[in-house]
Amino acid sequence: MAPILTVENLTMRFGGLTAVRDVSFAAAPGAITAVIGPNGAGKTTMFNCITGFYRPTSGSLTLRHEGREVALHRLAGHRIARAGVARTFQNVRLFAGMTALENLLVAQHRTLMAATGFGIGAVLGLSGYHAAEQAAIGRATAWLEACGLIDRADDPAGSLPYGAQRRLEIARAMCTEPALLCLDEPAAGLNPRESLALGELLRAIRDGKAAEGAAPCSILLIEHDMGVVMGISDHIVVLDHGSKIADGPPAAIRADDKVIAAYLGEGDEDEEGAA
Amino acid sequence: MAYALQQLINGVSLGMIYGLIAIGYTMVYGIIGMINFAHGDIFMVGAFLSLIGLLLITSGGMLDGTAAIILVLALSMVFTALYGWTVERVAYRPLRGSFRLAPLISAIGMSIVLQNYVQVAQGARVKPIEPVVQGGFTLMRDGSFAVQLSTMQILIITTTLAILAIFTWLVTRTPLGRAMRACEQDRRMASLLGIDTDRTISVTFVIGASLAAVAGTMYLLRYGVIDFYIGFLVGVKAFTAAVLGGIGSLPGAVLGGLLIGLIETFWSAYFSVQYKDVAAFSILILTLVFMPTGLLGRAEVEKV
Repeated sequence: MAPILTVENLTMRFGGLTAVRDVSFAAAPGAITAVIGPNGAGKTTMFNCITGFYRPTSGSLTLRHEGREVALHRLAGHRIARAGVARTFQNVRLFAGMTALENLLVAQHRTLMAATGFGIGAVLGLSGYHAAEQAAIGRATAWLEACGLIDRADDPAGSLPYGAQRRLEIARAMCTEPALLCLDEPAAGLNPRESLALGELLRAIRDGKAAEGAAPCSILLIEHDMGVVMGISDHIVVLDHGSKIADGPPAAIRADDKVIAAYLGEGDEDEEGAA
Repeated sequence: MAYALQQLINGVSLGMIYGLIAIGYTMVYGIIGMINFAHGDIFMVGAFLSLIGLLLITSGGMLDGTAAIILVLALSMVFTALYGWTVERVAYRPLRGSFRLAPLISAIGMSIVLQNYVQVAQGARVKPIEPVVQGGFTLMRDGSFAVQLSTMQILIITTTLAILAIFTWLVTRTPLGRAMRACEQDRRMASLLGIDTDRTISVTFVIGASLAAVAGTMYLLRYGVIDFYIGFLVGVKAFTAAVLGGIGSLPGAVLGGLLIGLIETFWSAYFSVQYKDVAAFSILILTLVFMPTGLLGRAEVEKV
Protein backbone atom coordinates (compact mmCIF):
# COMPACT_ATOMS: atom_id res chain seq x y z
CA MET A 1 0.00 0.00 0.00
CA ALA A 2 1.21 3.51 -0.76
CA PRO A 3 2.41 5.34 2.36
CA ILE A 4 0.08 7.95 3.83
CA LEU A 5 2.92 10.36 4.47
CA THR A 6 6.17 10.53 2.55
CA VAL A 7 8.96 12.74 3.83
CA GLU A 8 11.68 13.27 1.24
CA ASN A 9 15.03 14.95 1.90
CA LEU A 10 13.53 17.26 4.50
CA THR A 11 15.94 19.96 5.68
CA MET A 12 15.15 22.79 8.09
CA ARG A 13 17.71 25.47 8.89
CA PHE A 14 17.44 28.33 11.38
CA GLY A 15 20.19 30.75 10.41
CA GLY A 16 23.39 28.74 10.80
CA LEU A 17 21.77 25.90 12.72
CA THR A 18 20.53 22.88 10.79
CA ALA A 19 17.84 21.36 12.99
CA VAL A 20 16.75 18.68 10.51
CA ARG A 21 19.17 17.43 7.86
CA ASP A 22 18.07 15.53 4.77
CA VAL A 23 15.59 13.23 6.50
CA SER A 24 13.47 10.82 4.44
CA PHE A 25 10.99 8.23 5.64
CA ALA A 26 7.49 6.99 4.94
CA ALA A 27 4.56 6.37 7.29
CA ALA A 28 2.31 3.44 6.38
CA PRO A 29 -1.46 3.92 6.43
CA GLY A 30 -3.31 2.36 9.35
CA ALA A 31 -0.12 2.16 11.39
CA ILE A 32 1.44 3.92 14.36
CA THR A 33 4.79 5.42 13.35
CA ALA A 34 6.97 6.77 16.14
CA VAL A 35 9.77 9.30 15.82
CA ILE A 36 12.27 9.00 18.66
CA GLY A 37 15.64 10.47 19.45
CA PRO A 38 17.57 12.22 22.23
CA ASN A 39 16.85 15.83 23.20
CA GLY A 40 17.59 18.27 20.40
CA ALA A 41 17.47 15.58 17.73
CA GLY A 42 15.05 17.64 15.63
CA LYS A 43 11.84 15.69 16.32
CA THR A 44 9.62 18.65 17.15
CA THR A 45 11.12 20.72 14.31
CA MET A 46 10.18 17.97 11.87
CA PHE A 47 6.69 17.86 13.36
CA ASN A 48 6.33 21.58 12.96
CA CYS A 49 7.23 21.25 9.29
CA ILE A 50 4.65 18.52 8.74
CA THR A 51 1.89 20.51 10.47
CA GLY A 52 2.66 23.81 8.78
CA PHE A 53 4.22 25.68 11.69
CA TYR A 54 7.46 25.98 9.78
CA ARG A 55 8.10 26.08 6.08
CA PRO A 56 10.92 23.61 5.38
CA THR A 57 14.15 25.00 3.90
CA SER A 58 14.12 22.20 1.34
CA GLY A 59 12.60 18.79 0.74
CA SER A 60 9.03 17.68 0.29
CA LEU A 61 6.18 16.33 2.40
CA THR A 62 3.45 14.42 0.61
CA LEU A 63 0.17 13.27 2.10
CA ARG A 64 -1.74 10.56 0.22
CA HIS A 65 -5.33 10.28 1.27
CA GLU A 66 -8.42 9.05 -0.55
CA GLY A 67 -6.54 8.83 -3.83
CA ARG A 68 -5.30 12.42 -3.65
CA GLU A 69 -1.75 13.61 -3.22
CA VAL A 70 -1.20 16.82 -1.29
CA ALA A 71 2.12 18.66 -1.03
CA LEU A 72 1.97 19.76 2.62
CA HIS A 73 5.04 21.98 2.42
CA ARG A 74 3.17 24.31 0.06
CA LEU A 75 -0.01 24.80 2.11
CA ALA A 76 -1.09 27.51 4.56
CA GLY A 77 -1.84 26.42 8.16
CA HIS A 78 -5.60 25.96 7.97
CA ARG A 79 -5.34 24.18 4.62
CA ILE A 80 -3.02 21.56 6.11
CA ALA A 81 -5.72 20.80 8.66
CA ARG A 82 -8.28 20.58 5.87
CA ALA A 83 -6.02 18.23 3.92
CA GLY A 84 -6.32 15.78 6.83
CA VAL A 85 -3.48 16.41 9.29
CA ALA A 86 -4.28 17.07 12.96
CA ARG A 87 -1.82 17.56 15.79
CA THR A 88 -1.43 17.93 19.53
CA PHE A 89 1.26 19.78 21.45
CA GLN A 90 3.97 18.91 23.93
CA ASN A 91 2.51 21.53 26.25
CA VAL A 92 -1.26 21.24 25.92
CA ARG A 93 -2.90 23.99 23.85
CA LEU A 94 -6.61 23.79 24.53
CA PHE A 95 -8.94 26.76 24.38
CA ALA A 96 -8.85 27.06 28.16
CA GLY A 97 -11.76 29.47 28.45
CA MET A 98 -14.16 27.32 26.45
CA THR A 99 -15.90 24.18 27.72
CA ALA A 100 -14.64 20.70 26.84
CA LEU A 101 -17.62 20.28 24.50
CA GLU A 102 -17.01 23.62 22.81
CA ASN A 103 -13.39 22.69 22.21
CA LEU A 104 -14.59 19.66 20.28
CA LEU A 105 -17.17 21.71 18.38
CA VAL A 106 -14.58 24.27 17.29
CA ALA A 107 -12.66 21.40 15.71
CA GLN A 108 -15.71 20.63 13.57
CA HIS A 109 -16.00 24.21 12.43
CA ARG A 110 -15.35 23.49 8.79
CA THR A 111 -18.00 20.79 8.40
CA LEU A 112 -20.46 22.91 10.37
CA MET A 113 -19.80 26.02 8.33
CA ALA A 114 -20.11 24.15 5.05
CA ALA A 115 -23.37 22.53 6.18
CA THR A 116 -24.84 25.85 7.25
CA GLY A 117 -24.01 27.98 4.23
CA PHE A 118 -21.06 29.62 5.98
CA GLY A 119 -22.98 30.77 9.00
CA ILE A 120 -25.79 32.42 7.10
CA GLY A 121 -28.02 29.42 7.76
CA ALA A 122 -27.20 29.63 11.45
CA VAL A 123 -28.17 33.29 11.59
CA LEU A 124 -31.42 32.63 9.77
CA GLY A 125 -32.14 29.55 11.89
CA LEU A 126 -32.52 27.17 8.95
CA SER A 127 -33.32 23.54 9.73
CA GLY A 128 -30.16 22.29 8.00
CA TYR A 129 -28.14 24.15 10.58
CA HIS A 130 -29.96 22.48 13.41
CA ALA A 131 -29.31 19.02 11.98
CA ALA A 132 -25.63 19.80 11.39
CA GLU A 133 -25.24 21.17 14.91
CA GLN A 134 -26.86 18.04 16.33
CA ALA A 135 -24.54 15.80 14.31
CA ALA A 136 -21.53 17.80 15.53
CA ILE A 137 -22.67 17.49 19.15
CA GLY A 138 -23.18 13.76 18.56
CA ARG A 139 -19.64 13.28 17.35
CA ALA A 140 -18.24 15.42 20.17
CA THR A 141 -20.19 13.34 22.71
CA ALA A 142 -18.85 10.10 21.25
CA TRP A 143 -15.28 11.37 21.65
CA LEU A 144 -15.91 12.67 25.15
CA GLU A 145 -17.07 9.17 26.04
CA ALA A 146 -14.03 7.61 24.37
CA CYS A 147 -11.79 9.80 26.54
CA GLY A 148 -13.80 9.31 29.70
CA LEU A 149 -14.68 12.99 29.91
CA ILE A 150 -18.43 12.90 29.34
CA ASP A 151 -19.14 14.01 32.93
CA ARG A 152 -17.04 17.12 32.46
CA ALA A 153 -18.41 18.21 29.08
CA ASP A 154 -19.54 21.61 30.35
CA ASP A 155 -16.47 22.42 32.47
CA PRO A 156 -13.98 24.94 31.14
CA ALA A 157 -11.14 23.01 29.50
CA GLY A 158 -8.61 24.91 31.59
CA SER A 159 -10.05 23.52 34.84
CA LEU A 160 -9.60 19.84 33.90
CA PRO A 161 -6.76 17.81 35.42
CA TYR A 162 -3.63 17.52 33.28
CA GLY A 163 -4.20 13.95 32.10
CA ALA A 164 -7.76 14.81 31.09
CA GLN A 165 -6.55 17.87 29.16
CA ARG A 166 -4.17 15.66 27.20
CA ARG A 167 -6.97 13.22 26.32
CA LEU A 168 -9.25 16.12 25.40
CA GLU A 169 -6.60 17.51 23.09
CA ILE A 170 -6.40 14.17 21.29
CA ALA A 171 -10.20 14.06 21.06
CA ARG A 172 -10.21 17.57 19.63
CA ALA A 173 -7.65 16.61 17.00
CA MET A 174 -9.78 13.57 16.10
CA CYS A 175 -12.88 15.73 15.69
CA THR A 176 -11.31 17.32 12.62
CA GLU A 177 -11.60 13.80 11.10
CA PRO A 178 -7.94 13.61 10.13
CA ALA A 179 -6.24 10.99 7.97
CA LEU A 180 -3.04 11.45 9.95
CA LEU A 181 -2.89 12.27 13.66
CA CYS A 182 0.39 13.81 14.83
CA LEU A 183 1.06 13.59 18.57
CA ASP A 184 3.91 15.49 20.20
CA GLU A 185 4.89 13.59 23.36
CA PRO A 186 1.38 12.50 24.33
CA ALA A 187 2.63 10.63 27.42
CA ALA A 188 4.67 13.53 28.85
CA GLY A 189 3.63 14.19 32.43
CA LEU A 190 1.31 11.19 32.65
CA ASN A 191 1.62 8.60 35.40
CA PRO A 192 2.23 4.93 34.43
CA ARG A 193 -1.46 4.05 34.67
CA GLU A 194 -2.47 6.99 32.47
CA SER A 195 0.28 6.10 29.98
CA LEU A 196 -1.09 2.58 29.70
CA ALA A 197 -4.62 3.91 29.07
CA LEU A 198 -3.20 6.31 26.48
CA GLY A 199 -1.54 3.43 24.63
CA GLU A 200 -4.88 1.65 24.47
CA LEU A 201 -6.64 4.79 23.25
CA LEU A 202 -4.08 5.28 20.49
CA ARG A 203 -4.40 1.68 19.31
CA ALA A 204 -8.19 2.08 19.26
CA ILE A 205 -7.85 5.30 17.24
CA ARG A 206 -5.58 3.54 14.75
CA ASP A 207 -8.16 0.78 14.27
CA GLY A 208 -11.10 3.18 14.17
CA LYS A 209 -12.62 1.64 17.30
CA ALA A 210 -12.12 4.51 19.73
CA ALA A 211 -15.44 6.23 19.21
CA GLU A 212 -18.67 5.52 17.44
CA GLY A 213 -18.49 6.36 13.76
CA ALA A 214 -14.74 7.00 13.81
CA ALA A 215 -12.71 6.01 10.76
CA PRO A 216 -9.33 4.29 11.16
CA CYS A 217 -6.58 6.86 11.42
CA SER A 218 -2.83 6.66 10.90
CA ILE A 219 -0.74 8.04 13.75
CA LEU A 220 2.64 9.72 13.81
CA LEU A 221 4.04 10.34 17.27
CA ILE A 222 7.07 11.75 19.02
CA GLU A 223 7.68 10.14 22.37
CA HIS A 224 10.31 9.92 25.07
CA ASP A 225 8.61 7.20 27.08
CA MET A 226 10.20 4.05 25.63
CA GLY A 227 7.62 1.83 27.30
CA VAL A 228 4.85 3.53 25.36
CA VAL A 229 6.82 3.65 22.10
CA MET A 230 7.95 0.02 22.07
CA GLY A 231 4.53 -1.16 23.21
CA ILE A 232 2.34 0.45 20.57
CA SER A 233 4.46 1.44 17.54
CA ASP A 234 4.36 -0.49 14.29
CA HIS A 235 7.32 1.37 12.91
CA ILE A 236 10.03 3.56 14.47
CA VAL A 237 12.20 6.29 12.98
CA VAL A 238 15.21 7.39 15.03
CA LEU A 239 16.71 10.86 14.68
CA ASP A 240 19.98 12.12 16.17
CA HIS A 241 21.46 15.58 15.67
CA GLY A 242 18.94 16.26 12.91
CA SER A 243 19.71 13.19 10.81
CA LYS A 244 17.96 9.85 10.55
CA ILE A 245 20.08 7.06 12.01
CA ALA A 246 17.65 4.15 11.95
CA ASP A 247 14.24 3.18 10.61
CA GLY A 248 12.40 -0.09 11.22
CA PRO A 249 10.07 -2.19 13.39
CA PRO A 250 10.51 -1.92 17.21
CA ALA A 251 12.43 -5.19 17.57
CA ALA A 252 15.03 -4.11 15.02
CA ILE A 253 15.40 -0.66 16.58
CA ARG A 254 15.93 -2.13 20.02
CA ALA A 255 18.90 -4.12 18.69
CA ASP A 256 20.36 -1.34 16.52
CA ASP A 257 23.89 -0.36 17.57
CA LYS A 258 23.64 3.21 16.31
CA VAL A 259 20.46 3.79 18.29
CA ILE A 260 21.97 2.40 21.47
CA ALA A 261 25.01 4.60 20.92
CA ALA A 262 22.90 7.71 20.39
CA TYR A 263 20.94 7.07 23.57
CA LEU A 264 23.79 5.97 25.80
CA GLY A 265 26.40 8.30 24.32
CA GLU A 266 28.79 5.42 23.49
CA GLY A 267 31.04 5.58 20.47
CA ASP A 268 30.66 9.34 20.10
CA GLU A 269 33.65 10.55 18.04
CA ASP A 270 34.37 13.55 20.29
CA GLU A 271 34.39 11.55 23.47
CA GLU A 272 36.52 8.88 21.87
CA GLY A 273 39.04 11.48 20.86
CA ALA A 274 39.11 12.90 24.37
CA ALA A 275 39.61 9.45 25.88
CA MET B 1 -35.67 63.32 42.30
CA ALA B 2 -37.56 63.90 39.06
CA TYR B 3 -34.53 65.71 37.68
CA ALA B 4 -32.27 62.78 38.53
CA LEU B 5 -34.68 60.33 36.90
CA GLN B 6 -34.63 62.41 33.74
CA GLN B 7 -30.82 62.31 33.74
CA LEU B 8 -30.91 58.56 34.24
CA ILE B 9 -33.07 58.15 31.12
CA ASN B 10 -30.82 60.46 29.09
CA GLY B 11 -27.69 58.79 30.39
CA VAL B 12 -28.86 55.28 29.55
CA SER B 13 -29.84 56.18 25.99
CA LEU B 14 -26.48 57.91 25.44
CA GLY B 15 -24.63 55.03 27.12
CA MET B 16 -26.26 52.52 24.75
CA ILE B 17 -24.69 54.36 21.80
CA TYR B 18 -21.26 54.30 23.46
CA GLY B 19 -21.72 50.63 24.32
CA LEU B 20 -22.46 49.67 20.70
CA ILE B 21 -19.25 51.34 19.53
CA ALA B 22 -17.22 50.01 22.45
CA ILE B 23 -18.08 46.44 21.38
CA GLY B 24 -16.24 47.08 18.11
CA TYR B 25 -13.11 48.21 19.95
CA THR B 26 -13.17 45.36 22.40
CA MET B 27 -13.83 42.62 19.81
CA VAL B 28 -10.98 43.71 17.58
CA TYR B 29 -8.67 44.00 20.57
CA GLY B 30 -9.70 40.54 21.72
CA ILE B 31 -8.97 38.86 18.41
CA ILE B 32 -5.85 40.61 17.10
CA GLY B 33 -4.67 42.60 20.11
CA MET B 34 -4.74 46.03 18.49
CA ILE B 35 -6.75 49.17 19.15
CA ASN B 36 -8.60 50.02 15.97
CA PHE B 37 -8.36 53.81 16.13
CA ALA B 38 -10.32 54.10 12.88
CA HIS B 39 -13.40 52.61 14.58
CA GLY B 40 -14.73 56.00 15.69
CA ASP B 41 -14.61 57.13 12.09
CA ILE B 42 -16.37 53.98 10.97
CA PHE B 43 -19.14 55.13 13.32
CA MET B 44 -19.07 58.55 11.62
CA VAL B 45 -19.28 56.92 8.19
CA GLY B 46 -22.24 54.91 9.48
CA ALA B 47 -23.98 58.13 10.58
CA PHE B 48 -23.38 59.72 7.17
CA LEU B 49 -24.63 56.64 5.34
CA SER B 50 -27.80 56.75 7.46
CA LEU B 51 -28.19 60.42 6.63
CA ILE B 52 -27.93 59.73 2.92
CA GLY B 53 -30.27 56.76 3.21
CA LEU B 54 -32.77 58.75 5.23
CA LEU B 55 -32.83 61.61 2.74
CA LEU B 56 -33.21 59.23 -0.22
CA ILE B 57 -36.02 57.29 1.40
CA THR B 58 -38.01 60.10 2.95
CA SER B 59 -37.58 62.70 0.19
CA GLY B 60 -39.34 60.41 -2.26
CA GLY B 61 -42.16 60.33 0.26
CA MET B 62 -42.32 56.57 -0.15
CA LEU B 63 -41.96 55.67 3.48
CA ASP B 64 -41.90 57.38 6.79
CA GLY B 65 -41.71 56.56 10.48
CA THR B 66 -40.69 53.13 11.66
CA ALA B 67 -40.46 51.44 8.25
CA ALA B 68 -38.10 54.14 7.04
CA ILE B 69 -35.90 53.83 10.12
CA ILE B 70 -35.61 50.05 9.80
CA LEU B 71 -34.68 50.37 6.14
CA VAL B 72 -32.15 53.11 6.85
CA LEU B 73 -30.65 51.03 9.65
CA ALA B 74 -30.30 48.00 7.40
CA LEU B 75 -28.75 49.98 4.54
CA SER B 76 -26.34 51.74 6.84
CA MET B 77 -25.29 48.47 8.51
CA VAL B 78 -24.57 46.78 5.18
CA PHE B 79 -22.56 49.63 3.69
CA THR B 80 -20.67 50.46 6.88
CA ALA B 81 -19.78 46.78 7.21
CA LEU B 82 -18.29 47.05 3.74
CA TYR B 83 -16.16 49.96 4.94
CA GLY B 84 -15.06 47.99 8.01
CA TRP B 85 -14.11 45.01 5.86
CA THR B 86 -12.17 47.18 3.43
CA VAL B 87 -10.25 48.99 6.17
CA GLU B 88 -9.12 45.66 7.63
CA ARG B 89 -8.22 44.24 4.23
CA VAL B 90 -6.31 47.30 3.05
CA ALA B 91 -4.71 48.70 6.17
CA TYR B 92 -4.32 45.90 8.73
CA ARG B 93 -4.04 42.52 7.06
CA PRO B 94 -0.87 43.34 5.06
CA LEU B 95 0.76 44.34 8.35
CA ARG B 96 -0.14 41.19 10.26
CA GLY B 97 3.01 39.57 11.58
CA SER B 98 4.76 42.91 11.45
CA PHE B 99 5.80 44.68 14.66
CA ARG B 100 3.02 45.60 17.07
CA LEU B 101 2.97 49.33 16.44
CA ALA B 102 2.60 49.03 12.67
CA PRO B 103 -1.15 48.31 12.51
CA LEU B 104 -1.74 50.89 15.25
CA ILE B 105 -0.11 53.62 13.20
CA SER B 106 -1.91 52.37 10.12
CA ALA B 107 -5.18 52.67 12.09
CA ILE B 108 -4.50 56.30 12.93
CA GLY B 109 -3.80 56.82 9.23
CA MET B 110 -7.09 55.17 8.28
CA SER B 111 -8.88 57.42 10.76
CA ILE B 112 -7.47 60.54 9.06
CA VAL B 113 -8.21 59.11 5.60
CA LEU B 114 -11.86 58.44 6.48
CA GLN B 115 -12.35 61.90 8.02
CA ASN B 116 -10.88 63.70 5.05
CA TYR B 117 -12.69 61.49 2.60
CA VAL B 118 -16.03 62.34 4.16
CA GLN B 119 -15.06 66.00 4.43
CA VAL B 120 -14.26 66.15 0.73
CA ALA B 121 -17.17 64.00 -0.41
CA GLN B 122 -19.86 65.49 1.85
CA GLY B 123 -18.56 68.95 2.70
CA ALA B 124 -17.28 70.29 5.98
CA ARG B 125 -20.49 71.96 7.10
CA VAL B 126 -22.62 70.56 9.89
CA LYS B 127 -25.52 68.52 8.49
CA PRO B 128 -28.84 68.95 10.28
CA ILE B 129 -31.93 66.83 9.69
CA GLU B 130 -35.58 67.34 10.55
CA PRO B 131 -36.59 65.26 13.57
CA VAL B 132 -37.87 61.93 12.25
CA VAL B 133 -39.36 60.52 15.40
CA GLN B 134 -41.29 62.90 17.59
CA GLY B 135 -43.44 62.67 20.66
CA GLY B 136 -43.03 60.78 23.88
CA PHE B 137 -44.51 60.24 27.27
CA THR B 138 -44.49 62.24 30.43
CA LEU B 139 -43.59 59.79 33.15
CA MET B 140 -44.10 62.01 36.16
CA ARG B 141 -44.47 65.60 37.17
CA ASP B 142 -42.65 67.34 40.00
CA GLY B 143 -43.87 70.90 40.27
CA SER B 144 -43.10 72.50 36.95
CA PHE B 145 -40.57 69.83 35.95
CA ALA B 146 -41.86 66.96 33.81
CA VAL B 147 -39.87 63.78 33.30
CA GLN B 148 -39.95 63.00 29.60
CA LEU B 149 -39.31 59.67 27.95
CA SER B 150 -39.23 60.40 24.23
CA THR B 151 -40.21 57.88 21.58
CA MET B 152 -36.71 58.31 20.20
CA GLN B 153 -35.15 57.22 23.50
CA ILE B 154 -37.44 54.18 23.64
CA LEU B 155 -36.41 53.38 20.10
CA ILE B 156 -32.70 53.67 20.92
CA ILE B 157 -32.93 51.52 24.01
CA THR B 158 -35.10 48.77 22.49
CA THR B 159 -33.15 48.60 19.23
CA THR B 160 -29.85 48.43 21.07
CA LEU B 161 -31.09 45.72 23.40
CA ALA B 162 -32.44 43.69 20.46
CA ILE B 163 -29.20 44.04 18.51
CA LEU B 164 -27.19 43.10 21.60
CA ALA B 165 -29.34 40.00 22.13
CA ILE B 166 -28.79 38.87 18.54
CA PHE B 167 -25.10 39.62 18.84
CA THR B 168 -24.72 37.70 22.12
CA TRP B 169 -26.48 34.72 20.59
CA LEU B 170 -24.18 34.91 17.57
CA VAL B 171 -21.04 34.88 19.70
CA THR B 172 -22.05 32.24 22.22
CA ARG B 173 -24.21 29.84 20.25
CA THR B 174 -23.16 29.68 16.60
CA PRO B 175 -20.15 28.03 14.93
CA LEU B 176 -19.08 31.49 13.77
CA GLY B 177 -18.99 32.81 17.32
CA ARG B 178 -17.12 29.73 18.52
CA ALA B 179 -14.53 30.28 15.79
CA MET B 180 -14.20 33.91 16.88
CA ARG B 181 -13.66 32.94 20.50
CA ALA B 182 -11.20 30.22 19.49
CA CYS B 183 -9.17 32.71 17.43
CA GLU B 184 -9.23 35.09 20.36
CA GLN B 185 -7.69 32.50 22.68
CA ASP B 186 -5.14 30.88 20.36
CA ARG B 187 -5.13 31.98 16.74
CA ARG B 188 -2.45 29.51 15.67
CA MET B 189 -4.25 26.55 17.20
CA ALA B 190 -7.54 27.59 15.62
CA SER B 191 -5.84 27.60 12.26
CA LEU B 192 -4.49 24.08 12.92
CA LEU B 193 -8.06 22.93 13.46
CA GLY B 194 -9.02 24.12 10.00
CA ILE B 195 -10.47 27.53 10.88
CA ASP B 196 -9.68 30.21 8.31
CA THR B 197 -8.41 32.82 10.77
CA ASP B 198 -8.14 35.61 8.19
CA ARG B 199 -11.79 35.21 7.34
CA THR B 200 -12.76 35.08 11.02
CA ILE B 201 -10.91 38.35 11.62
CA SER B 202 -12.71 39.91 8.65
CA VAL B 203 -16.03 38.80 10.11
CA THR B 204 -15.08 40.45 13.40
CA PHE B 205 -14.48 43.76 11.63
CA VAL B 206 -17.73 43.41 9.70
CA ILE B 207 -19.73 42.79 12.88
CA GLY B 208 -17.98 45.62 14.73
CA ALA B 209 -18.64 48.03 11.86
CA SER B 210 -22.30 47.11 11.57
CA LEU B 211 -22.80 47.68 15.31
CA ALA B 212 -21.07 51.06 14.88
CA ALA B 213 -23.52 51.76 12.04
CA VAL B 214 -26.43 51.12 14.41
CA ALA B 215 -24.84 53.59 16.83
CA GLY B 216 -24.36 56.07 13.97
CA THR B 217 -28.00 55.85 12.96
CA MET B 218 -29.15 56.28 16.56
CA TYR B 219 -26.82 59.25 17.04
CA LEU B 220 -28.15 60.92 13.90
CA LEU B 221 -31.78 60.40 14.87
CA ARG B 222 -31.24 61.46 18.48
CA TYR B 223 -29.14 64.59 17.95
CA GLY B 224 -30.17 65.53 14.42
CA VAL B 225 -26.78 67.02 13.52
CA ILE B 226 -23.62 65.34 12.34
CA ASP B 227 -20.36 66.42 10.75
CA PHE B 228 -17.26 64.65 9.53
CA TYR B 229 -15.51 65.11 12.87
CA ILE B 230 -17.97 63.40 15.27
CA GLY B 231 -16.08 60.11 15.03
CA PHE B 232 -13.16 61.38 17.03
CA LEU B 233 -14.81 62.46 20.27
CA VAL B 234 -17.47 59.77 20.32
CA GLY B 235 -14.88 57.19 19.30
CA VAL B 236 -12.49 58.11 22.10
CA LYS B 237 -15.35 58.02 24.62
CA ALA B 238 -16.39 54.58 23.41
CA PHE B 239 -12.77 53.52 23.70
CA THR B 240 -12.82 54.81 27.29
CA ALA B 241 -15.94 52.73 27.84
CA ALA B 242 -14.20 49.63 26.48
CA VAL B 243 -11.20 50.21 28.78
CA LEU B 244 -13.42 50.90 31.79
CA GLY B 245 -15.39 47.70 31.20
CA GLY B 246 -12.20 45.71 30.66
CA ILE B 247 -10.87 45.59 27.13
CA GLY B 248 -11.55 42.25 25.49
CA SER B 249 -14.74 41.67 27.50
CA LEU B 250 -18.02 42.01 25.59
CA PRO B 251 -20.37 42.49 28.56
CA GLY B 252 -17.72 44.88 29.90
CA ALA B 253 -18.02 47.04 26.78
CA VAL B 254 -21.76 47.48 27.26
CA LEU B 255 -21.39 48.10 30.98
CA GLY B 256 -18.59 50.60 30.39
CA GLY B 257 -20.66 52.37 27.73
CA LEU B 258 -23.60 52.72 30.12
CA LEU B 259 -21.36 54.02 32.91
CA ILE B 260 -19.65 56.58 30.67
CA GLY B 261 -23.04 57.72 29.35
CA LEU B 262 -24.38 58.11 32.88
CA ILE B 263 -21.28 59.83 34.24
CA GLU B 264 -21.26 62.29 31.36
CA THR B 265 -24.96 63.07 31.66
CA PHE B 266 -24.97 63.48 35.43
CA TRP B 267 -21.83 65.59 35.32
CA SER B 268 -23.43 67.93 32.78
CA ALA B 269 -26.61 68.10 34.83
CA TYR B 270 -25.13 68.77 38.24
CA PHE B 271 -21.71 70.32 37.61
CA SER B 272 -20.77 71.88 34.32
CA VAL B 273 -21.59 71.07 30.72
CA GLN B 274 -18.29 72.53 29.49
CA TYR B 275 -16.29 70.02 31.50
CA LYS B 276 -18.26 66.87 30.65
CA ASP B 277 -15.48 65.56 28.41
CA VAL B 278 -12.97 66.15 31.18
CA ALA B 279 -15.10 63.96 33.44
CA ALA B 280 -15.23 61.17 30.88
CA PHE B 281 -11.52 61.22 30.17
CA SER B 282 -10.57 61.46 33.83
CA ILE B 283 -12.29 58.09 34.10
CA LEU B 284 -9.98 56.77 31.38
CA ILE B 285 -6.91 57.93 33.27
CA LEU B 286 -8.14 56.67 36.64
CA THR B 287 -8.99 53.29 35.16
CA LEU B 288 -5.63 52.94 33.48
CA VAL B 289 -3.76 53.91 36.63
CA PHE B 290 -5.70 52.04 39.28
CA MET B 291 -7.50 49.23 37.46
CA PRO B 292 -5.80 48.52 34.14
CA THR B 293 -7.82 45.34 33.55
CA GLY B 294 -11.10 47.24 33.89
CA LEU B 295 -14.27 46.15 35.65
CA LEU B 296 -14.88 42.82 33.91
CA GLY B 297 -11.53 42.26 32.24
CA ARG B 298 -9.33 39.37 33.22
CA ALA B 299 -5.70 39.79 34.10
CA GLU B 300 -3.21 38.87 31.42
CA VAL B 301 -1.70 35.52 32.33
CA GLU B 302 1.85 35.12 31.15
CA LYS B 303 2.19 31.81 29.33
CA VAL B 304 5.42 29.98 29.99
